[in-house]
Amino acid sequence: MYTQALNTAETDDRGLEDAAKAAQFQARIDAEERIEPNDWMPAAYRKTLTRQISQHAHSEVVGMLPEGNWITRAPTLRRKAALLAKVQDECGHGLYLYAAAETLGSSREELVDAMLAGKAKYSSIFNYPTLTWADIGTIGWLVDGAAIMNQIPLCRCSYGPYARAMIRVCKEESFHQRQGYEIMLTLCRGSDEQKAMAQDSLNRWWWPVLMMFGPPDATSQHSDTSTKWKIKRFSNDELRQKFVDATVPQAQYLGLTIPDPGMKRDADGHWRYSEIDWAEFKQVLAGNGPCNRDRMAARRKAHEDGAWVREAAAAYAAKRAQRQTAQAAE
Amino acid sequence: MATPNTPLWEVFIRSRNGLAHKHVGSLHASDATMALQAARDIYTRRGEGLSIWVVPSSAITASDPAEKAMMFEPAESKIYRHPTFYEVPEEVGHM
Repeated sequence: MYTQALNTAETDDRGLEDAAKAAQFQARIDAEERIEPNDWMPAAYRKTLTRQISQHAHSEVVGMLPEGNWITRAPTLRRKAALLAKVQDECGHGLYLYAAAETLGSSREELVDAMLAGKAKYSSIFNYPTLTWADIGTIGWLVDGAAIMNQIPLCRCSYGPYARAMIRVCKEESFHQRQGYEIMLTLCRGSDEQKAMAQDSLNRWWWPVLMMFGPPDATSQHSDTSTKWKIKRFSNDELRQKFVDATVPQAQYLGLTIPDPGMKRDADGHWRYSEIDWAEFKQVLAGNGPCNRDRMAARRKAHEDGAWVREAAAAYAAKRAQRQTAQAAE
Repeated sequence: MATPNTPLWEVFIRSRNGLAHKHVGSLHASDATMALQAARDIYTRRGEGLSIWVVPSSAITASDPAEKAMMFEPAESKIYRHPTFYEVPEEVGHM
């Protein structure tokens, strides 16, 4: 999902730690207790969560770029106000998440620098372009829909600050999905050209959205420990299946066709989808998607352009603090 | 000179009159005025509050979770501090 790069192997340093403490920690997890920032935790738990939460935060921030692309070209003032509010929410989500990640001991500056240096990842989905207005509808409906599917179980994640951030995010995300579906509904009830635009958008986004849930369970290396630590409550394939089952009837209502000729409904009621092109997923994660370079360039430019503001604010605060100390000394 | 890391603030919001301020999260800002403005933008986009407090995180002294057993034991063992410790005959009614 927003943390796909976690599906790579990681060194296991648990052997070096106090076995009794580790057992006590696992017992707390098994008893559904929440772990809080100052509690003892295994180094690997801290590391996994720092990576997961910061990647999630980077995804929210980079996620503003494809949608920001359409703010000045939204078709009506109503759509423009809603899109602005949505993009502002994504920024807020990034900030809640950075704050949660920082409770694990990394500074905001370190986390942001890792992203700008290309060392930390963000979700593959934001490396696809938003070519038409319909893409804003599809992103709200499907990208945010997939995100909700992933984030609802994270509200019960074992790490308290992450779970609390997710509760806030989920409350706000529902507006995003509904505004997206409303855009699609309006296009599908419009002219033939508008409906064709909606269909074209679905065609381009469907497979990348399914990839958001990460590699199939059989090849995901990270799930075992994350499941044991109750960071992850459902597997990639379970969440993907839930999403497909929820989405197919919504597409049918719109009168749109899911671009998967092999899709069929099984006797058990589940919609079965065809094989996903994991080679494309790997390419996008490796930095070779259609917009990877643009996204990184835009983030670096925004960070550099904001440097004078950070410097000025710090200088002003330092001057005021100095004056206060001088006054106190008089 | 490198810009120093921006200080961390804890944010407390009173959601409506009659309720206490409640911790909602944290943010970075270089001074108190900017912290208040950022708290407004980050934590009250949907009418969540009537009043905001921002406190430098460095000003908070916290108890140590590793010592919670010792810290809170006195409250655990004094069951006579609870009303149900005392027996009142049923005939007396609600008390």
